[in-house]
Amino acid sequence: MPKVLAIARREIKSYFDSPIAYIVVTAFLLVAGWMFFSALFLMERADLRGLFHPSPFSPSMLLVILAPAVTMRLVSEERKSGTFELLTTMPVTDWQVVLGKFLAGFALIATALGLTLAYAFTVSGIGDLDWGPVVSGYLGTLLFSATLLAIGLLCSTLTDNQIVAFIVGFIVCAALYFVYWLQFFLPSSIAPLVEFISTSSHLENMARGVVDSRDVLYYLSLTGGALFLAERALSRQHA
Amino acid sequence: MADAETTPMVEARSLSKSYGQTRALTDLSFKISRGEVVGFLGPNGAGKTTTMKILTGFLRPSAGKALVGGIDVAEDPLATRARIGYLPESAPLYNDMMVLDFLEYASDLRGVPREGRREKLKAICQRCGLLEVLGKDIGHLSKGFRQRVGLAQAIVHDPDLIILDEPTSGLDPNQIVEIRELIKDLGREKTVILSTHILPEVQATCGRIIIVADGKLVADDTPDKLAERESGTVIRVVVKSRASTPPDVEAVRKLFEATPGVRSVNPADGEGGSTLGFRVLTAGQDDPREALFSTAVSNQLVLLDLHREHISLEDTFRRLTRGEGGAHA
Repeated sequence: MPKVLAIARREIKSYFDSPIAYIVVTAFLLVAGWMFFSALFLMERADLRGLFHPSPFSPSMLLVILAPAVTMRLVSEERKSGTFELLTTMPVTDWQVVLGKFLAGFALIATALGLTLAYAFTVSGIGDLDWGPVVSGYLGTLLFSATLLAIGLLCSTLTDNQIVAFIVGFIVCAALYFVYWLQFFLPSSIAPLVEFISTSSHLENMARGVVDSRDVLYYLSLTGGALFLAERALSRQHA
Repeated sequence: MADAETTPMVEARSLSKSYGQTRALTDLSFKISRGEVVGFLGPNGAGKTTTMKILTGFLRPSAGKALVGGIDVAEDPLATRARIGYLPESAPLYNDMMVLDFLEYASDLRGVPREGRREKLKAICQRCGLLEVLGKDIGHLSKGFRQRVGLAQAIVHDPDLIILDEPTSGLDPNQIVEIRELIKDLGREKTVILSTHILPEVQATCGRIIIVADGKLVADDTPDKLAERESGTVIRVVVKSRASTPPDVEAVRKLFEATPGVRSVNPADGEGGSTLGFRVLTAGQDDPREALFSTAVSNQLVLLDLHREHISLEDTFRRLTRGEGGAHA
């Protein structure tokens, strides 16, 4: 565990030493703020539905772009520069590398998300905020982000080209996100399947304030699966 | 595990490695005892780097076993990696990190306990001459300093075995001397394996040389013994023809080769103009210089130079690697 944290610390420092962290946090706060204030002033609603509710223009949609951007360099860059050999010949397991790097990306996204708590406290100051959906919304968004980051990290382990890692990661994340709206055009026999696969349908549930173990398990298993594949991809490079 | 004193530090048991159709290593075996400084020598692409990557656990061998301190690298990679300090070729380092941060990071990953670490790191930095650059970004360092940072990260955990892949490539002559001194210094207390294709380097730093060519072991001995293996001595001969037509190299070569006491004659550089140079390898202990002189005189050749040379390691290296390489190419 100390080694996982050492790897995570290095990556986090590297994020904040470069513009990436600031771009990610600023972009997220801007979009989240816009959604939040438009809901607050236009609809005069004292809730944070706009923050969590998945739609083609929403903070969660922005995460679909930001998550692969955050993870694209994590392994690709090390493979390109050769430090990958240095890292993997140190006494660390491939799991420690994968988890450390995943944690770093997660910490960055969680920071951006955490800063939006300011909006929540603003609302609770003005009106009567129902904290239930807020808590489940945050939990859902964190789980949703973890899934995107794990997929992005997996893509980064597969290539030494960051751009390729980003594009592939984005396509996969976007497909899983948008397939939700496709269900309206599909025959009713496969619509439930599509709804189950989509990352946004589960986020929708949690944004409404429903914490269902099925949604939580969906995100956890997708995250775990992608991390597992990432670990396999790393260990295959020793062949 | 057998007694630590008698277990070889490194043992390669018929290692083979193929990348697709290409065979990089074929049945390579050797043992290295504790405290040895071993030079891995071979032309580019001979399999030096592949061997090192297998020893450090970065690559898995296609066949055979690599043992470090008696432990199979494939079975317990963490245990063997913990005992190795490795610097890959061309010192890949995190350019965005400061030197001290990077060494702290390496210490974390190599499991160096936190207490007393500062003092240890300071001693290592002093040894590697890094004190003046601790606060600089690695990306801004010169190649010489980068290489020293690479060496420092390889010894933060006080490893038994240090593996350095081409530690002096790309450095200027002054930096090369500095790094060599550092390696010699490390070699006093540790087992060191370094690879290079530069001959003077192994002669200067290593007590033992392993020569690989085409993925095979072609020699394994001390530098002196390797040089001695070529029995006999080399005599350098430079002649000039007295006739106005330039002499025919092959004809002269045959003349010298027919001289008693000579084993073989190879054309070498002359001294320009109509001069011809040869390297004459003697048979046994006889000194054929007198006979060579007579041969030259009776064939209307002016002898410009006739002196004995020591057989250098370079001769042995060329013969071993070219001979073997040619046969399998």
